[in-house]
Amino acid sequence: MSVSELVGSIPREDTLASPVISVRELVHRYDNRPALNGVSFDVRPAELFGLLGPNGSGKTTMFRILSTLMVPVAGQAIILGYDAAKDPSQLRREIGVVFQAQSIDLKLTATENLQHQGHLYGLHGSPLRSRIREILQRVGLADRARDKAETFSGGMQRRLELAKGLLHGPRVLLLDEPTTGLDPGARRDLWQYLSILRDEEQVTVLVTTHLMEEAERCDRLAILNEGKLVALGTPTELKREIGGDVIVLEAKEPDALAMRIRARFNVDVRVIGGQVRIEKDQAHRFVTDVVEAFPGEIDAVSIAKPSLEDVFIRRTGHRFWTEGAETTQDATKSKARKH
Amino acid sequence: MATRSTTLPIPIPRTKDELLLPAFTLWLREVVRFYRQRARVVGVIASPILFWVAIGSGFGTSFRSGANGNQNYLEYFYPGALIMIVLFTSIFTMMSVIEDRKEGFLLSVLVAPVSRSAIVLGKVLGGTTLATIQGLIFLVFAPLVGVHIGLGSFALIVVTVFLVSFALTALGFAIAWPMDSTQAFHAIINLFLIPLWLLSGALFPISGASVWLRVLMRINPLTYGVEALRQLLYPASGGSLASSLATLVLFSLFMFGLGFVMVNRRTTKPAA
Repeated sequence: MSVSELVGSIPREDTLASPVISVRELVHRYDNRPALNGVSFDVRPAELFGLLGPNGSGKTTMFRILSTLMVPVAGQAIILGYDAAKDPSQLRREIGVVFQAQSIDLKLTATENLQHQGHLYGLHGSPLRSRIREILQRVGLADRARDKAETFSGGMQRRLELAKGLLHGPRVLLLDEPTTGLDPGARRDLWQYLSILRDEEQVTVLVTTHLMEEAERCDRLAILNEGKLVALGTPTELKREIGGDVIVLEAKEPDALAMRIRARFNVDVRVIGGQVRIEKDQAHRFVTDVVEAFPGEIDAVSIAKPSLEDVFIRRTGHRFWTEGAETTQDATKSKARKH
Repeated sequence: MATRSTTLPIPIPRTKDELLLPAFTLWLREVVRFYRQRARVVGVIASPILFWVAIGSGFGTSFRSGANGNQNYLEYFYPGALIMIVLFTSIFTMMSVIEDRKEGFLLSVLVAPVSRSAIVLGKVLGGTTLATIQGLIFLVFAPLVGVHIGLGSFALIVVTVFLVSFALTALGFAIAWPMDSTQAFHAIINLFLIPLWLLSGALFPISGASVWLRVLMRINPLTYGVEALRQLLYPASGGSLASSLATLVLFSLFMFGLGFVMVNRRTTKPAA
């Protein structure tokens, strides 16, 4: 556990190498509803790169384009020198893809699932058999090789998915919310395995997530919101842009309170989601002053080190999980398309 | 790869073939899946037999047909029942296209370096194999209707059943491909496929039908499947076997082409 927690902060040496994934001004629309609006970023070799965003932010659209499932309306996505829109068949040989949805066949055994996958990727015969044994060993399923996948736990099924994506030895692995439905232990295992892949096999990993704690483990992050790139950098860099700590005040009349704090202390105060938020160093002193200045008006106070959610809030002006977001038509529509 | 470290030293040998091996593996999966689901196996064999006996016996007393005029209905209905088994097995196996899409299985095939024709070929041949086997199992009852099949006509029966299965499975594939719910699939089947079977000469002969019905039956490709089988089982019933088989080949090619076109649409819409 301690090892995997450290992983996110290990600096990469090869940051100067040419990018493995290069996304340029990517634009996509579903009927006339915009999904991606000119997104650009690079992913470097052997990097664990995160695509963070709430539902409807465009990260699944991005994933579909990168994995050659869909052609973008405009812009380019180039992986290992192949254009995902123009040269999908070459690119498909080189990348491994793990979907959020279950792609293994539950009626088949672990080995049969991998045999099938191997055949799809042109692997066969004894090299395939030995590769299957090797990969099952790696994901810790060697002793269940002959069992049907329907007898596996959620975590084991996910590991089999991962084995499927890695079977042909891809240099780039794309994963769409790979930990969906996993318990914390299985979730941690999976992330640990991703960092091992990066460190030991120099696999470039791109993973989408809507979980802050997963995003924290990435070498670098692209944060998406409503189809736009709102932040790009290492988790540490991104959090550093927030000066000091984050103070959140709960109050009955947050707008009035914010105005008065602004007038009195001359600081940047924002009201987001009914909460008063202030970014400030020496927060503990400042909080004392504020509470003394407005007795009885503040219901609750919290001080925290900046998180990625604070970065998101700062860049977008709203919270990561806005109340209406799940029920808006766009979100339901994109969800319906997903399955 | 020069940049790769020691953990994956040997590149795994791969073929460039993007059609046959993927098609084979998709075919194999289809067959293995089917026989792992016992209820499907039982249902597919048992229901046509019940249907054949129930309907055939029910109509039996009030029905006279056939070239020689003294064939009982159970005998007349036999080829039609066989076609029905083939029809239902063919079409229903392609429901797996929708299931594959709903789960993530299809996604993983779509991002694999396989030719789109391999997907059609593998899935359709999988369904065809199952339907053909089910159809041939039904031949065990041939002696009950007084039919004894020689080796030559058996081979031709296999060809006929295969062609009918292939065309219908490909049709099922083309219908299932753009769909995302099995309920919608059922609705379409009830709308088109039951009439297709009813008007194939399986239940009643073309000769006795009204003119407009006769036209419909003549343009129904399934009619030629029923006719070919009837000719093979009851040589006395007449008609041209060659032209029936030729029609079936055309029907198969057309349906396969349809499936192929459906699969090759790569657009800005989500693929699955």
